[in-house]
Amino acid sequence: MSTTNTEEGSLTKKDFVTENDVRWCPGCGDYAILNAVQRTLPELGVPKEKFVVVSGIGCSSRFPYYMNTYGFHTIHGRAPTVATGVKSANPDLSVWMVTGDGDGLSIGGNHLMHLLRRNLDINVLLFNNRIYGLTKGQYSPTSEVGKKTKSTPVGSLDYPINPLLFALGSEATFIARTSDTDQKHMVETFKAAQAHKGTSFIEIFQNCVIFNNNAFDTVTGRAVRSEQALMLEEGKPLRFGENKGIRLNGFDPEIVELKDGDDESDLLVHRSKTNNPAYASILAQMAYPAFPTPFGVLRQIEGRETYEDALHSQIKASQAKGEGNLQELLTGKNSWVVE
Amino acid sequence: MTQATDSFEEIESAVVRFAGDSGDGMQTIGERFTDSSAFAGNDIATLPDFPAEIRAPAGTIAGVSGYQLQFGSHSILTPGDEPDALVAMNPAALKSNISDLPEGGMLVVNVDSFKKMNLKKAGYESNPLEDEEFRKKYQLIELDLTTLTKEALSESPLKPSDKARCKNFFALGFMCYVYGRPLDPTLKFFDQKWGKRLPEVADANSTALKAGHNLGDTMETARNRYQLAKAVVNPGVYRKISGNEALVYGLVAGAQSANRELLYSGYPITPASPVLEGLSALKKFGIKTVQAEDEIAAMGVAIGASFAGDLSVVATSGPGMCLKSEFIGLASITELPVIICNVQRGGPSTGLPTKTEQSDLLQSLFSRHGDCPLPVIAAHSPSDCFECSIEACRIALTYCTPVIYLSDLYVANGAEPWLVPNAADLPAIEAKFADPDEEYISYKRNPDTLARTQAIPGQPGLEHRIGGLEKSEDGGVNYDPENHEQMTHLRAEKVERIADTIPPTQLHGEAEGDLLVIGWGGTYGAITSAAQAMQAEGFSISSLHLRHLNPLPKDLGEIIKRFKKVIVPELNLGQLSLILRAKYLVDAIPLTKVQGKPFKVSELRDSFHKELS
Repeated sequence: MSTTNTEEGSLTKKDFVTENDVRWCPGCGDYAILNAVQRTLPELGVPKEKFVVVSGIGCSSRFPYYMNTYGFHTIHGRAPTVATGVKSANPDLSVWMVTGDGDGLSIGGNHLMHLLRRNLDINVLLFNNRIYGLTKGQYSPTSEVGKKTKSTPVGSLDYPINPLLFALGSEATFIARTSDTDQKHMVETFKAAQAHKGTSFIEIFQNCVIFNNNAFDTVTGRAVRSEQALMLEEGKPLRFGENKGIRLNGFDPEIVELKDGDDESDLLVHRSKTNNPAYASILAQMAYPAFPTPFGVLRQIEGRETYEDALHSQIKASQAKGEGNLQELLTGKNSWVVE
Repeated sequence: MTQATDSFEEIESAVVRFAGDSGDGMQTIGERFTDSSAFAGNDIATLPDFPAEIRAPAGTIAGVSGYQLQFGSHSILTPGDEPDALVAMNPAALKSNISDLPEGGMLVVNVDSFKKMNLKKAGYESNPLEDEEFRKKYQLIELDLTTLTKEALSESPLKPSDKARCKNFFALGFMCYVYGRPLDPTLKFFDQKWGKRLPEVADANSTALKAGHNLGDTMETARNRYQLAKAVVNPGVYRKISGNEALVYGLVAGAQSANRELLYSGYPITPASPVLEGLSALKKFGIKTVQAEDEIAAMGVAIGASFAGDLSVVATSGPGMCLKSEFIGLASITELPVIICNVQRGGPSTGLPTKTEQSDLLQSLFSRHGDCPLPVIAAHSPSDCFECSIEACRIALTYCTPVIYLSDLYVANGAEPWLVPNAADLPAIEAKFADPDEEYISYKRNPDTLARTQAIPGQPGLEHRIGGLEKSEDGGVNYDPENHEQMTHLRAEKVERIADTIPPTQLHGEAEGDLLVIGWGGTYGAITSAAQAMQAEGFSISSLHLRHLNPLPKDLGEIIKRFKKVIVPELNLGQLSLILRAKYLVDAIPLTKVQGKPFKVSELRDSFHKELS
């Protein structure tokens, strides 16, 4: 999303809080995400009435009810289509779409793909908890193989989808990952998404305290994250832990330990604006335990026209040659007169 | 060859059918013949009839494409039961159409194509044109169309194969001669279509057309020449219009009348694609069109656009309606205006994608889960699609509701002359958004219509949330049993109240009598023609045609009571009759047909006779 400037500092988090009781389970990661979004929006320079939050179905999709903006809680998997309608009708609105791993990648995978390739200027927040929460604990398309749930008592069979690779395959122009455990990083990531003109796709690791508790602890846990997470910083080498980094061996990434006095110049340097998707693809496939799991903006490609801009500029170009006249349309070119 | 006699024969109407391979350009010459007839001042009705395959194997029955039209000096309501003249471009076209041609009918055949291979492909063991019995049965006119066309185009720079492709216009020229149709509209068509881009193609087709016409003049078949007086119609500017064109224009007009921006989203589907294509060409009217990734998405885009304040429209056919159902429920509970057009075709499933049927009425009424009544209206003729789509706009915006607009393949693809309305006379549609200076309660209702008022994103102070969960009046999610019951009743009552604005039902014939025929949609022409003919013969029969299928007109129950019997002809297994029986406890007799073809006037008359004897 790009910004429409207004007087900064006139809005606060409180302006975005509704009177509705928030009804997620105590300890749910959604609370932290809601807090981060409510902290981000006042700082974007966008008038409050221009925000529209659109969601599908699932725990995360209750989000619009808790945001004091225009909001639309739609049906399962279809939020991208409604968001597309809103943005196409009025490109001046700042549209935020909230979805989950089931809503966005299972029932709604098709729509999400088309939203990303069309590149509407919409911010997509995909809450990934690797489980179906609202239907009480069935495995999801991002669950690991062998996941034992009520619908898979001896383990799930299907290979999980990687949300970041999915976005990359759909040629999304902005792809990022953040975590419900890191307020500062979430706010930064949301701001970067807003600054991007085009569809911004953000995977948020979100903990489901009831049905898949601690699913991300191996990478987001306080004690381990410095060693097992890789925080991406633009223009900086890929470093993690005390003294480790990532370099390329042929097409494969590998971990190197830097000893005192070692040169960093061997390491991969994070450049999210690299046009070739190979680099982002390498990052997207890095995951603990083989690698540290990356967080941050993996890829942002500027310059591809947004769908809504193209749609409206075609109309403007046509109208520049003369606006339509209804009577001429009705009469057509081959009419005849009966006296 | 038939015997020659002289001069014109004066006739009141005629039915002509062109039939050939789907690549032979039969739809094109059918449309050109239609334009010429309209231009000549006749009333017309058309029936394009083409296969589901774009180019089935050449020469086979599966690949036969046909175009029938009726034209006349009096009011023409149907494309005719059976042709007076059949043009058959190949053996397959002859085989699949000849049973419809009555004895003594004119049969024009392209003898060049009656070769062994083509006869075999069509399933003929011997050449029917060599059968004396067959030859005697019809006024047979054998033309070696391919040879004649190539000869006429000996000077043309086109390749021989391209020259041969002009034979359809040669045939058209000949038929124009026979029925005294002017060539000018077709020559103008060539000029508009190819004049600048491919002048040699325009020239070749013009030459072929004129050569066909001249052949008629020089052949000894002058007895087969007919003359029709102009139809007596109201003065004004006329044009030819198809149902899908009229739908497109009605939507543009409706949006202007309501002062709303129009957003159309669609997914290609036969026979509704011309609506997507038609609106996409009208960017200068500020119309936004989105070709969505699927039928579900098309509905979602429309709902999003409606939430943002546009007049939003989707058009599809039966399979697309199935896919949209969940979203239509969302539009109902969120009470957002969306126009949902269903151009019906034969079903279920892929069914008969290029044939007509009226079998989605019950789907339109009931396909959502939950109690979810919605307004449903149906267009009865090509030009009626214009008025009907404006009515859809009116209902959607006045009542803040999704509306289902039904037409069918027969109405959508058929064409007729249309007295062009004056754009300035179209009534305004009043539909206001919420005022930012007033407190906004999202489900507060207009006491008359029970419609809620939309507040548009971008307006300060009107921020609110809507969604699929049940709400209370203030817009909050509400699971209370009483609230759900009240909201369900309110939504239903709102739709019922639309009946307050439906004009009195027009009855064709006496206000009471022995038999009342009730129809809806594309059966209008056949029902009205049959009933009128029988009234002229002194039968006590009246007919009425319903535009509003939900809610039904308030006076319908009273009208039904005044007749001894009620019969309901439908191209389905009796869907409207089921509704009428349930609603009015009347023994409505279903008269059904599901062959992918419209009713013939004669078959309706036979059935009505039976009920009256």
